[in-house]
Amino acid sequence: MAREPLLAPRLVLLFLVGCLLFGYPLMELFSGSGTLAGIPVFYVYLFVAWAAFIAVLAWLASGRGRRR
Amino acid sequence: MAPWLIVVTAGGYLGLLFAVAWWGDRRAERGRSLVANPWVYALSLAVYCTAWTFYGSVGRAATDGVGFLPIYLGPTLTAALSLLVLRKIVRISKRERITSIADFVASRYGKSRALGALVTVIAVLGVVPYIALQLKAVAVSFLLMLDGPSASGLATAGDSAAFVRTSLGVTAVMALFAILFGTRHLDLTERHEGLVLAVAFESVVKLVAFLAVGVWVTYSLFAGPSDLFARAEAVPDLARLMRFEGSWGTWSWMVVVSMLAILFLPRQFQVAVVENVDEAHLERAAWLFPLYLLVINLFVLPIAFAGSLRFGTGSVDADTFVLSLPLAEGQEALALLVFLGGLSAATGMVIVECVALSTMVSNDLVLPLILRQTLDRRDPDVGRLLLTVRRVSILVILGLGQLYLLATALEASLVSVGLISFAAVAQLAPAILGGLYWRGATRRGALVALIAGVVVWGYTLPLPTLSTTGWVSASWVDAGPFGVGWLRPTALFGLDALDPIAHSMFWSLLVNVGCFIAVSSRGGRSALEVRQARRFVDVFRQTGPGDDTALRLWRADTPVDTVRSLLERFLGVERTQTALAAHCAQRKIEPGSMRYADEELIEFAERLLAGTTGAASAHVALASVATREPVSVHEVVHLLDETSRVLATSRELEDKSRQLEDASARLREANKQLRALDRLKDDFLATMAHELRTPLTSIRSFTEILHDNPDLSLEERQRFLSIVLKENERLTRLIGQILDLAKIEAGESAATRGAVDLVELVHEAVDSIARLVEERGVSVALRVDDETPILWLDRDRILQVLLNLLSNALKWSDGWIGVDLSLEPDGHVLVAVADDGPGIAEDDRPRVFEKFRQVDGSAPGTGLGLPICRGIVESHGGTIWIETSERGGARVTFRLPLDDLSSDPAGLATADPTADPTADPPADPTATFEGPSHG
Repeated sequence: MAREPLLAPRLVLLFLVGCLLFGYPLMELFSGSGTLAGIPVFYVYLFVAWAAFIAVLAWLASGRGRRR
Repeated sequence: MAPWLIVVTAGGYLGLLFAVAWWGDRRAERGRSLVANPWVYALSLAVYCTAWTFYGSVGRAATDGVGFLPIYLGPTLTAALSLLVLRKIVRISKRERITSIADFVASRYGKSRALGALVTVIAVLGVVPYIALQLKAVAVSFLLMLDGPSASGLATAGDSAAFVRTSLGVTAVMALFAILFGTRHLDLTERHEGLVLAVAFESVVKLVAFLAVGVWVTYSLFAGPSDLFARAEAVPDLARLMRFEGSWGTWSWMVVVSMLAILFLPRQFQVAVVENVDEAHLERAAWLFPLYLLVINLFVLPIAFAGSLRFGTGSVDADTFVLSLPLAEGQEALALLVFLGGLSAATGMVIVECVALSTMVSNDLVLPLILRQTLDRRDPDVGRLLLTVRRVSILVILGLGQLYLLATALEASLVSVGLISFAAVAQLAPAILGGLYWRGATRRGALVALIAGVVVWGYTLPLPTLSTTGWVSASWVDAGPFGVGWLRPTALFGLDALDPIAHSMFWSLLVNVGCFIAVSSRGGRSALEVRQARRFVDVFRQTGPGDDTALRLWRADTPVDTVRSLLERFLGVERTQTALAAHCAQRKIEPGSMRYADEELIEFAERLLAGTTGAASAHVALASVATREPVSVHEVVHLLDETSRVLATSRELEDKSRQLEDASARLREANKQLRALDRLKDDFLATMAHELRTPLTSIRSFTEILHDNPDLSLEERQRFLSIVLKENERLTRLIGQILDLAKIEAGESAATRGAVDLVELVHEAVDSIARLVEERGVSVALRVDDETPILWLDRDRILQVLLNLLSNALKWSDGWIGVDLSLEPDGHVLVAVADDGPGIAEDDRPRVFEKFRQVDGSAPGTGLGLPICRGIVESHGGTIWIETSERGGARVTFRLPLDDLSSDPAGLATADPTADPTADPPADPTATFEGPSHG
């Protein structure tokens, strides 16, 4: 933690963004009907947002996101 | 399917697990650990995915749509913070040799036995429904494999003797398996490498099995996801699930509960913290584990829809879709794989949970009770006793699970049962998170908060589920105890807008956090508590456990042998000797030299013992042989504050001294420059005084001759007077030049500049020396580029430069002078004056531009001409230099930028080429003219 002063605030920011993505009211936006490539839009949103969250987390945790 | 096939497959699989664990242990013994690997670590965290995930998620999805997801989104969100929170817990646990979550809480709050026991009870009671869930899932899956999917489902299975028999059998096998797995070794270290490897292996099996059935359902049973979803869309009951239909309050509370559960479930604490090999593995696991969760959930919705489409709603329990689908379609091999996947999920959970809980029961519940007698009785082998305690506690825990299963859980869905456990362990959050970041959190605060939270949890969640058993009357739940409506367990104070989990979480956490803060704020900490609080909260600021050794909690009057024999009774002779030898080696002391154990040794022994017995028991054990220093809380607080203040001050001092060093280095540098400048000034003054004195001396001596010899001939008198005159002139010229130089160096204003035709100026300069040129018989070769534009210059100054260069050239010339005016393509004009004299040696060239530096002392002139030229050229933004001319003499060239004209503020390019009459006229431009006649 002390080694990387910028990591902690970035992780907390990511956490807050995650809370936003998977909470009311942002999810409500995508909760309508309709499909994308045959899959309900709501499901597509959830899994894509989830995957994106993990990707950013991997980027931060692996150290590539820490320098700069 | 034939019973023998199922039994043999399951038996073979469990055997394989044993082989994996055995292999892992063997590799660890040989020092080639397989577990010391971030992938294995991340996979072992996936013990989070139990039968609940494997069977229950689909069940939940079939009725609730995305309602199963918060359980996985919560841990994903926590993963973002795991590098901060979990890393801190891991660091502390390694340093304090924490063996379980109860141990962690006890250790934080002054090694409190009461807290350790309380957390153990909460964990056991809380996790019982969760274990019941696993037993149910395995028993049901076994029955399904045996009989195939039937309309009877599970609702009625509980009544059937078959289910009871099966679940009892499953419990017995699980208990045996957990005992064999978790308590194989006599040495009670806190880590189990083989176990971790087996769990990681199981995580792979359940993932593969689930993906296999998911792919089969989506692409074989249906023509891909779009086909599946399109057909589901046509059924109104299913189309409803494709939108968010639940309550946001429930959704949010589920996310919160699972965020906490991933940290505080006893088995998660076991694999994530206790079994952690290397803190660095957290970095990989932080994203691998959420990725695992994502992948295992990909096919939950497709399977749920497929099951609902295939069986219709209500005919088959949705919790069994994963297995019922392949069975109904006659895919026996796939069904067998799914059965193994579910078995993996359940056994993994049960084994790790049993290891974690039995460690807690033995270390934090039983051992503190029997420790005193054990120590008094001089029982030689405490290790074997502990092992027995652990085995018995595994039996008890699984027995409780079985009891709960038979009593209640038959009708509830898997997920709702699991959530009861999640809500229970969430009660640990305030005490642990508060203890991690708030030094003021007290033991009393944690105790009251936990008790209050758990009471509310028990009243609002498990109690209503017991109403079906008749142990609790149904009217209590429906109308409130003794008919008091606002005390209804599912709607406390009339709050009935939330579902049971959200309702229970809200009230229990409210009470929990409230008590924690309120009671902690009242203070009342022991010395040990204060020290432990520091060690936990400030773990990243300390370099080692010995940081606060200024604080003495033990009196150094215990013989080393007493401490050793205590350790031997718990750890065995061999381990004790190795550990003590390592300790002595680390401190660089002779093993035999110490007779009485000092603070450091007792601390070390306590930590060593804590790895086996837990912190609270270790402290009690040490206290039985060593004497505690009577130290007050005030002393501790004072000492620790002092230490941290000293540390902070010294850090500040370091910063300050670094800044000072920087400043003084800069000062030294500036001082050096100043000294150099000062020396230059002194040199200049000395030279100037010398230069001024020479003509003065000459004038004075000739004046004296004239004064003292009135009878000199007129001719001689005339000659002497002309010398005096000439010297006088030279003096005037010299002073004029010095004033010039001072003016140039001070920086003249640009106001004296005007538009100048350089071609004309060069001609004028050459013309003005024409007479002297003629006298000396020198030829002047003039090459002028007529294209040269009008420049914005100080006309008189540039003329002064030209005249100076020409007179110098004339002085040294042997008969030729070359003057060039040319344009450079990059926007500069070059003026060069060359001669065919002796030239100037390359080394001397830079020096001729310094004041009073004539290359050859014999030469005439003041030595200020070229420095003045340089000053003028540079003030015009140009440069000046010397090189060898084509005839071997010197060539002085100066170069001026053409774009000077663009800075003409009034557009006076065509103005009168003479200098601005209002400007301060410079000294006589011919003042530097040093013709040979003056020499």
